[in-house]
Amino acid sequence: PALGLFLFTIARDPLRIIILIAGAFFWLVSLLLSSLIWFIAVKASNPLDEPLQKGLLIFGVMFSVLLQEAFRFLYYKLLRKAIEGLVALSEDGCSPISIQQMAYVAGVGFGFMSGAFSMINLLADTLGPGTVGIHGDSQLYFLTSAFMTMVLIFLHTFWGILFFHGCEHQHWWEITAVIVMHLAVSGLTFCNPLYMGSLVPSYLLMATAATWAYLLSGGSAQNLQRFLLCKS
Amino acid sequence: MITFMNNSDSEEEPCNERTSLMSAESPPVPSYQDGLQASQAGEVQAHRKRRTGSSRSPNNIADGDVSDSGVPVRESALENEEEELTLKYGAKHVIMLFVPVTLCMIVVVATIKSVRFYTEKNGQLIYTPFSEDTPSVGQRLLNSVLNTIIMISVIVVMTVFLVLLYKYRCYKFIHGWLILSSLMLLFLFTYIYLGEVLKTYNVAMDYPTLFLIIWNFGAVGMICIHWKGPLQLQQAYLIMISALMALVFIKYLPEWSAWVILGAISIYDLMAVLCPKGPLRMLVETAQERNEPIFPALIYSSAMMWTVGMAKPDTAAGGPSQQTWDAAEDGRENHRSPSHADSQMLETRSPAPTRPITSFEELEEEERGVKLGLGDFIFYSVLVGKAAATASGDWNTTLACFVAILIGLCLTLLLLAVFKKALPALPISITFGLVFYFSTDNLVRPFMDTLASHQLYI
Repeated sequence: PALGLFLFTIARDPLRIIILIAGAFFWLVSLLLSSLIWFIAVKASNPLDEPLQKGLLIFGVMFSVLLQEAFRFLYYKLLRKAIEGLVALSEDGCSPISIQQMAYVAGVGFGFMSGAFSMINLLADTLGPGTVGIHGDSQLYFLTSAFMTMVLIFLHTFWGILFFHGCEHQHWWEITAVIVMHLAVSGLTFCNPLYMGSLVPSYLLMATAATWAYLLSGGSAQNLQRFLLCKS
Repeated sequence: MITFMNNSDSEEEPCNERTSLMSAESPPVPSYQDGLQASQAGEVQAHRKRRTGSSRSPNNIADGDVSDSGVPVRESALENEEEELTLKYGAKHVIMLFVPVTLCMIVVVATIKSVRFYTEKNGQLIYTPFSEDTPSVGQRLLNSVLNTIIMISVIVVMTVFLVLLYKYRCYKFIHGWLILSSLMLLFLFTYIYLGEVLKTYNVAMDYPTLFLIIWNFGAVGMICIHWKGPLQLQQAYLIMISALMALVFIKYLPEWSAWVILGAISIYDLMAVLCPKGPLRMLVETAQERNEPIFPALIYSSAMMWTVGMAKPDTAAGGPSQQTWDAAEDGRENHRSPSHADSQMLETRSPAPTRPITSFEELEEEERGVKLGLGDFIFYSVLVGKAAATASGDWNTTLACFVAILIGLCLTLLLLAVFKKALPALPISITFGLVFYFSTDNLVRPFMDTLASHQLYI
């Protein structure tokens, strides 16, 4: 689905592609830094202590989430500057791309990278002999991974929109809501392999975020109706 | 890599306010662009006049009169106009370069992942005589540094040689050299590549079919690259050649040497292009003075001038605006650095001078494109290919390097738009790529592996 989103909405406009790749880049940098921290923590601690390792892992995950959001914020700042530049340079005084579009694309960029990193090794292994999860893991490993990744990509997109909107209008509560949601989703994945616990709430959260973002972007029930009934 | 950006871009409809402003820019051009050489300014001016002159001569004359009076005042306004035009079309150019670089990388990565031949170590080139099988780390490091020094010196010597040839107008020699090397590349390497691919997939093919295929491929390639051909076909050939070359490098360069060479090449590139006495810079300047295209063989261009079917009195500038790069096996040293040197030029040139027919204006849209040297393609692909081949984090690392290189390319093009001169395209991207490769391989991979094993998501 992310690929479909990409093809239909982003591939047309070169500026969006650049913003997408830059978004992916920022996510990557945040991942880098968070893994650096985790790595240092692991090296500094006792590798044989199981609960400690797990605790460190959890700490690493939370830290990474926070870092991701921080980088989203940085990216937002950068895009603000860029938009001012573009407006100054464009002939008719308005920017070729609106901040909301940018929010959307940035979200997709983040989501893309996040999803790619989560899924791609898994996918590569599927090409080989079917040895994933042979150590007694759940049989639904692939399916749930796929769904989880998809929900995460969508969530990143929506969070991007919400986040940027919050920054634009100084609604700090929106930003905190995004961060809390992100933490919640990551935390829910700790319940794996009890899949009920993680997938369902994640989807619920995603639906919430989706409607929220939709409303923020100016949609309404009316628009939806018209779209669905194919009216002009 | 050297990048030029000429700003008289008229991708829009021929007659609107913007283009008539551009035609009026001709008088102030030399003084505005005093950062560039006078000849280039002259060339730009001439191009502009000729470009817009055909259909808009009345406008030109009228605007020329007007602009003459208000030259200093308009200069700044025109400067802004030009800048905005540059940056506005910047995004499109960036994408025009993203696509071929991405394609090249995809081809290289796909081959590396599937064909085993390219990851087997079957010996080394004579340019990297020191082996890396030594027991101690220090020895290995030393060997790789020595290898790098040798390689870089070979490249420098060849570049200087080529520049001298160019300066003393030994064009025939250069042409012959390049043709020979592209011949070698197209035929020999393709043969090897095809052989290996067929082996991998266990497809049988008899020799006559093979001969036919390779002959066709090679002949069309030669024609496309050195003469005229459809733009996309030529771009495809250039991409394939770059990929083949990158594969050869990946196979034959020992591990640590490859990384050190990549780093050293970007430093060399930086110096060669930006220092006043750098060979690449001299090459570009000489080419500009003579008002000629840089080289008939080493540059990938994202747009071309449609010379087919148009009466063009001046074909020298028109024809070889797309250039390919080749480095053949035997003449490897001979071709290596010149092609390499010239391939490290990223430039945008204004289109062919004379366009007497106004109906071809829509074709003018194709003219302005950004040019990237083929050596850039090759080294980017080498980086990504090496990441794919040797990283144990497999796809994550490859993806990270890919994104890093693209971002580096973006930044380089941004700098190009700001500085408007030839710029090296290697340093930024390669630095990012190297940083990301090493950090992802060592830091991110354990993290992600642990996360994935617990099925946690961040």
